[in-house]
Amino acid sequence: MSDEVGTEEANGGNSPGTESPEAPKTPPGKALRELVEGEFPGSILDQSAYEDRDDEVTFILNGDALVKVAIYLRDHPASSFKILTDLTAVHYPDDEYTFHIVYQLVSVDHCRLLRLKVKLKEDQEVPTVSGVWSSANWMEREVYDLFGVRFKDHPDPRRIFMPEDWGSHPFRKDYPLEGLGERVYTKPKRKEIGE
Amino acid sequence: MVGGVESSSRIERITTVPGTEELIVNMGPQHPSTHGVLRVILKLEGETVKDVDCDIGYLHRGTEKIGENITYTMFIPYTDRLDYIAAPSSNLAWVQAVESFFDWEIPDRALFLRTIVGELSRIASHLLWLATHALDIGAMTVFLWCFREREMVLDLFEMAFGARLTVNAFRLGGLHQDVPPEFLVEARKFINLFPSRVDDYETLLTENRIWLQRTRGVGVISAEDALDYGMTGPILRASGVKWDLRRAKPYAAYPYVDFTIPVGENGDVYDRYLVRLVEMRQSAHIIDQCLDMLPGGPVSCKTPRTIKPPAGEIYHSIENPKGEFGFYIVSDGSETPYRVKIRPPSFINLAGLKKMCVGEFLADVVAIIGSIDIVLGECDR
Repeated sequence: MSDEVGTEEANGGNSPGTESPEAPKTPPGKALRELVEGEFPGSILDQSAYEDRDDEVTFILNGDALVKVAIYLRDHPASSFKILTDLTAVHYPDDEYTFHIVYQLVSVDHCRLLRLKVKLKEDQEVPTVSGVWSSANWMEREVYDLFGVRFKDHPDPRRIFMPEDWGSHPFRKDYPLEGLGERVYTKPKRKEIGE
Repeated sequence: MVGGVESSSRIERITTVPGTEELIVNMGPQHPSTHGVLRVILKLEGETVKDVDCDIGYLHRGTEKIGENITYTMFIPYTDRLDYIAAPSSNLAWVQAVESFFDWEIPDRALFLRTIVGELSRIASHLLWLATHALDIGAMTVFLWCFREREMVLDLFEMAFGARLTVNAFRLGGLHQDVPPEFLVEARKFINLFPSRVDDYETLLTENRIWLQRTRGVGVISAEDALDYGMTGPILRASGVKWDLRRAKPYAAYPYVDFTIPVGENGDVYDRYLVRLVEMRQSAHIIDQCLDMLPGGPVSCKTPRTIKPPAGEIYHSIENPKGEFGFYIVSDGSETPYRVKIRPPSFINLAGLKKMCVGEFLADVVAIIGSIDIVLGECDR
């Protein structure tokens, strides 16, 4: 019963968008996409947005074009994404592209958000954007630490949360929640007096 | 090439030049002025800081991984343990992020109560920041005065939600239950009293010659650098960028209330102090208006028993006392999120510590760490 209510709510969210099927709806982020594609053709592989919301515009980028698109989006006055607010990875162990690297950008001037995404195969590297936004430095260290994704030319490639000798990457989907038992604490034997 | 590094610190591997004044100093993780378990490794030449390396992760609990294994409702108490100084703000970020998957009509009373509690948590957080920051620099009285008022806020939380620190205040769709009538009376009393108490703090600090010498021109970060480092919250505003998510992307009851966003000029420790003091006054002003406008009615909308957001991804962030606190949620349509990513303000603001500290004196590092206002629970997650 509860599931029915859930789907009803979900459909209710989609219905306002389907009111006028005749009018060709412009997808959010179209102008931005044209801006980037005019400069770097073929850099955007796909585009999506949750329920066509302006704040959830996502561009799926070609990994090779990432850095130049990032610099362009940061510096062009029409986009001006000066803040890289979040950088993370999502692990899809069963897919061809096992890692999606997600970049969340904020434009203070235009008060808008944009999400970039790069899809990686297992053992594929992604170029670092820490030269574009300094905030990426620690965020990329975090993604390396927790997912094992390597960033090419990263200036400070160390782990950040886990110990250096941890050996595995805990946020991968194949890593069990209770851990692999890397650190088993054994109580040191106490020396008795006179021993 | 990544990995394969034996030592945990880059600086410890750099040998200091013999015969010079170069020295490596290890600050923390038990040092009280690092505000939690933060270890800072400093390379000094004389008393000047040449290089900084932060060692974090002592509080890493894998909260995001836990979130992938429990339902959306069950994750709310975990968000309390992120920014435990301002737990309702963390709750608010999570419930709003999940609610943004749906188009539920959150009742107005819930929106206003969320704003009141959220702003109370901002006052509590800024009071703790001011208390410890002033204590670090040597002003003991401020510490005692701030905790006196913080106690009043925590008493309000206890009255409404039964807990003082990890309040677990909000639920998906609204609040768990309405606040007791005394809560509104006591909140009004506190708001009437609080601005005069902020005046008291200002008499101790704002024109205090020692305070000015310790904070003015220390830890300066320009607006460009603050944006480059992704800094948000009072640090960014102290550098002169008028960016506040309460105004930029209004949520809860913020579209209905009037408040000003303080902006600094120099981006130093003193400006961050001034910005936060004005924010406390503005929080009191916002609560005052919300109490006036507080509508009646239910505090929660009807939500399905099992929360199953449609497949998709959402990024939603709010203005936490420390900065932009957001959640990136990937849903696969099931009862548990596929991926939860917390956007922590402390972690990202702390990344700019090196930029602010290099060239300053060792004693100023304490003032700068205090002015960033970090909470390691949310930094390490």
